[in-house]
Amino acid sequence: MTRISIVGGSGYSGGELLRLVLFHPDCEVAQVTSERFAGKFVHSVHPNLRQVTQLKFCAVDELAPCDVLLLCLPHGETMRRIDEFERLAPKLIDLSADFRLHDEDSYQRWYGGAHVRPDLLGSFAYGIPERHRAAIRDATRVACAGCNATASILALGPLVGAGLVESVVIEVKAGSSEGGNAASAASHHPERSGAVRSYQPTGHRHVGEMHQELGQLPIHFSATAIEMVRGILATCHVFLAEVLEEKAVWQLYRAAYGEEPFVRMVKERSGIYRYPEPKLLAGSNYCDIGFARDRTSNRLVVISAIDNLMKGAAGQAVQCLNIMCRFEETAGLRFPGLHPI
Amino acid sequence: MNECVVCGAAVTVADDAVIGELLECPECGSELEVTGLKPVVLSEAPETEEDWGQ
Repeated sequence: MTRISIVGGSGYSGGELLRLVLFHPDCEVAQVTSERFAGKFVHSVHPNLRQVTQLKFCAVDELAPCDVLLLCLPHGETMRRIDEFERLAPKLIDLSADFRLHDEDSYQRWYGGAHVRPDLLGSFAYGIPERHRAAIRDATRVACAGCNATASILALGPLVGAGLVESVVIEVKAGSSEGGNAASAASHHPERSGAVRSYQPTGHRHVGEMHQELGQLPIHFSATAIEMVRGILATCHVFLAEVLEEKAVWQLYRAAYGEEPFVRMVKERSGIYRYPEPKLLAGSNYCDIGFARDRTSNRLVVISAIDNLMKGAAGQAVQCLNIMCRFEETAGLRFPGLHPI
Repeated sequence: MNECVVCGAAVTVADDAVIGELLECPECGSELEVTGLKPVVLSEAPETEEDWGQ
């Protein structure tokens, strides 16, 4: 069994990683850290894991060597302690934003401060398997993509790759778990309940990743927090360089994702769920993608949905782990979601 | 093997299919109608749309 330790295991992504790795056929959880909860059972923080494990949190300083370290620390911590983590495990998978961008200036621009280990920028494979599977397979370090970036890049990649996009406007509706598990006045129930909150109409950090992956085409991104705990729905208004027939769009996406285990095309002409719907994906690692062509203009609306904690974080990390360790790519990730929910 | 007129996916039409027979595309779910035989011709079946715009 491959021994996995999770650093920063008390947050939502850490809890999802625990849930996944505890049932993974080829892995076992060696240690889980939390400075705040060191010494306490992990199920005291993640109650869904009651009677699943008797693991207790430990401090980072107590970590022993293992096969793979999964890093779920707040942004800025991984780059500060990277040498320490590299001494503990030959493979690192980082869920923070520290090593997603490969360029120092880009990091400075989107994160507003200097990177403390610019020498390592570019040394992490970018963790979207559908675009970087070969690099992930050979990597010792992987940086998982941001959740909004994952939904947007998967939606747009085939069109951009074919040189068909002039510009795009992306509107993301996001669940509250995107904001992490720290409470604030803004998350206080009377304030948050029922809110449709424009929390980042412009300037979202994930746009830096989108440009890195998709190039310098105009990307206009806005994010809105809605009444949902898990999930992202990215509605991408793509302005095409040429008019595309619907069949051509189907063929483009089928060529890109037809063999992918976790990307599904969802565009049905009848039924209740005709386009991607994030609530059906809760707990699953799927990215569902659909589209609709505007017959009166060059606009193509591409819609993608993911669970931000799964395909947008922990599920993506486990998919990368499977690729890096030569496991079945779907191992530990076969949960199909719930219906109804 | 025939092709869905909406998404281009491969669609199997039975040897004993008849004019007017309805099929569902396995990929996009479109309802297809057999409108010709020898060779088989598939057309998009007419559909009553829901109006969600009230």
